[in-house]
Formats: sequence, C-alpha cells, structure tokens
Amino acid sequence: MLEVTSISKTFDGFKAVNHANLAVEKGEIVAVIGPNGAGKTTLFNLITGIIKPDSGRVLFKNEDITGLPPYEVCRKRISRSFQIVNVFQRLTVFENVQISVLSREKKTWNLFTPSASLAIKETDDILKSVGLLKKKNRTTALLSHGDRKVLEIAMALGGNPEFLILDEPTAGMAAEETSRCIDLIKKLSQTMELTILFCEHDMEIVFGIANRIMVMVRGGTVIQGSCEEVRCNEAVQDAYLGGSDVCLM
Amino acid sequence: MSRKTLLALGAGIAVLLLFPLFLPRFYVYLVSIILLYGLLATSLNLVLGYGGIFQFHHAVFYGVGAYGTTLMLTKTGLPAMLAFIAGPLVSAAFGLVLGIICIRLSKLYFGMLQISLGSLVWAIVYRWYSFTGGDDGIHGIPMPEMLSSPKSAYYFTLIITLVSLFIMWKVIRSPFGSVLQGIRDNPVRSEMIGINVRRHQLLALVLAGFFAGVAGSLFVVVDNTVFPDMLFWTLSLEIVIMCLLGGWFTFLGPMLGAAVIVALRTFVSTYTDYWALVLGIIMMLVIFFLPSGILGYVEEKFKRGFIEPEIEEQ
Repeated sequence: MLEVTSISKTFDGFKAVNHANLAVEKGEIVAVIGPNGAGKTTLFNLITGIIKPDSGRVLFKNEDITGLPPYEVCRKRISRSFQIVNVFQRLTVFENVQISVLSREKKTWNLFTPSASLAIKETDDILKSVGLLKKKNRTTALLSHGDRKVLEIAMALGGNPEFLILDEPTAGMAAEETSRCIDLIKKLSQTMELTILFCEHDMEIVFGIANRIMVMVRGGTVIQGSCEEVRCNEAVQDAYLGGSDVCLM
Repeated sequence: MSRKTLLALGAGIAVLLLFPLFLPRFYVYLVSIILLYGLLATSLNLVLGYGGIFQFHHAVFYGVGAYGTTLMLTKTGLPAMLAFIAGPLVSAAFGLVLGIICIRLSKLYFGMLQISLGSLVWAIVYRWYSFTGGDDGIHGIPMPEMLSSPKSAYYFTLIITLVSLFIMWKVIRSPFGSVLQGIRDNPVRSEMIGINVRRHQLLALVLAGFFAGVAGSLFVVVDNTVFPDMLFWTLSLEIVIMCLLGGWFTFLGPMLGAAVIVALRTFVSTYTDYWALVLGIIMMLVIFFLPSGILGYVEEKFKRGFIEPEIEEQ
C-alpha cells in the first residue's frame, strides 16, 4: 500500500534520513523503531509532505505522492498524529475533531451555515470510538496529556483515513493511559481495517502490536521484517545493546 | 444565542437608535465615529484574533476604501450608492493583492512586510496631489441628499455597521470560521487534516479588507473628508490596541476597545497634545494586567464557574 524507496533528507549537512526504505501492506501494523535522532519523525514528515525529500520516492497505492503538500496527502486518505501534542488549543474537543470532519467533507469554504449544525453525528461517533465523548465540550487546553494524545488520534480519524501514521502515540502517558491507547490502536486496526504505521520507544508496545518492524539507525533502514527476524538481528543488537548477543526483549 | 443575550442586544440597538433624539450633535458625531472604528477593529480582529494573522497595517484598507469611495464620488458622475459599494470592493481587491504577496511569510515577518508595503501606499497617497489631493486630502465631499445631515449619516453608519457585524459574526461561526480558528491555533495540524492553509487565510484577508473598506466609506459619509493620515501606520497601531484592549478572542471586544480609545482620544486631546503617550501607557497596562482584554477578562471570570468537573471515564 505504501512504498518508500531510498528517501533522503539533509538539514545543513546533517543527514537526517539517508536512503531509507519502507514498505507497508494493506491491513498491517508496522512499527518504526530506532534510537533517538534516528530520523523516525523526519521519515513521517517526508511521507506526509510536511517536508520535501532531497531524493527518493513515496508511492501510495501505486501513485507517486512524493513532495505533495500535506493537505493533498491528507486527501489521499493518509492521516497522522504528532509526537508533540499538536491540537487546536483554544477550541473544544468536539470542535477539534469537527474541523477535521468538515475538511474531509469539503465544507471549509462554507461561510454562512453555522458550524454548530454540521457533522455532529460523524464527530460524536469518532469521539465515542476513542472514548472522549464525555469530554467533548471541554476546551482542549484543559485536557490531560493522555487525553490530548488520544484527541490527536481522533482528529486523524476525522479524515476517514485508510492509512494512519502515529508518531509515538503513547509518549508521556501514564501506565493506565498507555494500555488504553494500545487497546485503541488494536481496535482501529481490527474494526476499521486501518493500515497503521507508528513509531515508539517502548519495545513492549512495539512487539505487542506490530506485525512487522522497520529499524532505523542514523537515518537509514537497517532491516524491515517480522518481530522474530528483528529481535535476533545482529545489526539491531549493535544499535540497541552495543553488540551484545542477547536477543532484544 | 440565549434569550438574555438577545434581549441585551435588542436593548443596546434600541438605545443606539434613540441616541440622536436626545444627544447633542457633537455626541451623535462621536458615536458615529465609534461605530465605524468598532467595525474597523472588528474587521481586523477577523484576521488577528480569529485568524492569528499579524495584520499590522490594517489602516491601509480603511484608507483605500475611503479614497476609493471619495474618488468615485468626486471624479466620476456615477451614482453615489455605486461609490459606496466600489470603495469596499477596491479595498477587498487590495487585500487580495497584498495578501498574495505577504502570505508566504508567517507571523511577525508577515506583519513587517505588510507595514512596509502599506507605508508605500501611504507615501503614494501623500504625494499624488493631482489624484488624491496629497497631504491636504479631499474636503467637502458632496453627499447625496439623503445622507447630508449628521442624523441621517448616523443612521446610515449604524445600519451598515450592524449588518456588517452580523455578517462577520455569521462567518466566524461558519465552518470557514472554525477552520480559521484552527489555523490560528495550529497551521501545521490544519494542513495535515486536509486544509489549504494559505487559501483560507487569503479569503480571511480579503474579507477583512472589504469590511475595513466599508468602515472607510462610512467615515466619508460621517466626516465628508479623506486625508492621508487614514492610511498612516500609527492608526493601524491604534486599531490593534482597540482589539487587544477590548479582547481579541471575543467578537464584541474590538467594538468595546474602539469605544474606549475613541472616547479617550477625543477627551484627552482637549487637554494635552500627548495622546500617543497616553495610548502607550494604556497599551502597557493592557499587556500587564488584561492580557486577554476587557471582555476576555469578563468572559473568563464568568465562565470559571461553569467548567465541568474532571470526571474520569471508567
């Protein structure tokens, strides 16, 4: 479904992403792991058009989407959440998701119909599916960190995606919130048949939900394979454990 | 909208309608000026408070609207009403052109480029004697019969201001308004949910330019003059302060800010020449003590009791 071929991006001489490759099949959950600064977020930014690559290609459903602006990428039904909470602070939980739904329904140029009367059911459904319905009228700035991360996912769902990219979905969450978020991701994959690409530092989560794993080190792809393959790969052990021959996890 | 708000609004409008019946002529003039400045500040707030765009030189659109109407009235034989529509349209078109040039830059850089380009327009108006009247401006602009008395000018201003405010209020509550506020809070996120940020911002700039132009045309009706100072950047600063003082995240805040600033300017100017000094002090006080403005402060106080308690879902 998604195929990234030899993509590269350099910032002031620093090779953030260096000939990385990634393939995601329909219906899969793929994790990208790697040490801090390996280029995971940059890779996601390259796929979603937030930054343009220096070289390489991104194919989505066999269509070249390399370098398209983010709003065009989103219209191809690719949505994403962000590592650092990135929501509309002054708006309510409901409005945050509603804007996303309105955007998908192409109603953002409507100047005179009150927003309050539009996309109510769709928005409520999404909030219900992620468990934020009871907090829908709360201003986003007043939400807990965990709830805001979940709201991130809800906003991404507003675009009715086929392909969902989650950048460290559980970062900074308390243990209980984390397990709820994992359940949510599993549910999205199973019930909505979403293809999910995510990155995460917590190996327990990665091995718990991913079908396949891609390992990035210094901007490049070390390996992409099943959990088993990745777990015992020497290069991965080098990167994570400094060359010991103990299997990861 | 709740019944209470509607009642308060109705009462407010009724008082405004009755004003000319018992107020002396000077105050009728003053209230007209407050109304049109309030409209001007609200139009700025559409992009500043709701759009998060640092439109630092909004007065240019006000001036272009006023000059557009005036030049149509004095230099062509076209019907007066056409001139009143042409002014705001020219101003909106101007908003589009300046917008296209500036929108590539973000935040402060947008504001800086806008101040420079706006000042250029001011310089042209200030120098072009044969067309704009140069630094003298144009005085004694002929008005159609029905707008020639201060009272009729007042009612015209009141009605047009109310209609304009209503339209802007509708726009802010529309999907476009929601998206605009989303862009203000987070442009990157907005793009990622499929919104073409620049195009939406551009439309907001055009709308703001249009309503600033309406305010400019109203000034021509009330004062029968235009002068280059209407496009000078110090006026833009005053408009920004109106928004900040009244509350830039509230709809009626800028109108309140305009009332305070215009009234103060009128009365302070009778005692001292240092109005700018007083304005500077007000600005400082607002920043330190009322960061969300008067109405913003009232709203926060009022809403505090209504925040739902934290209920954890099971």
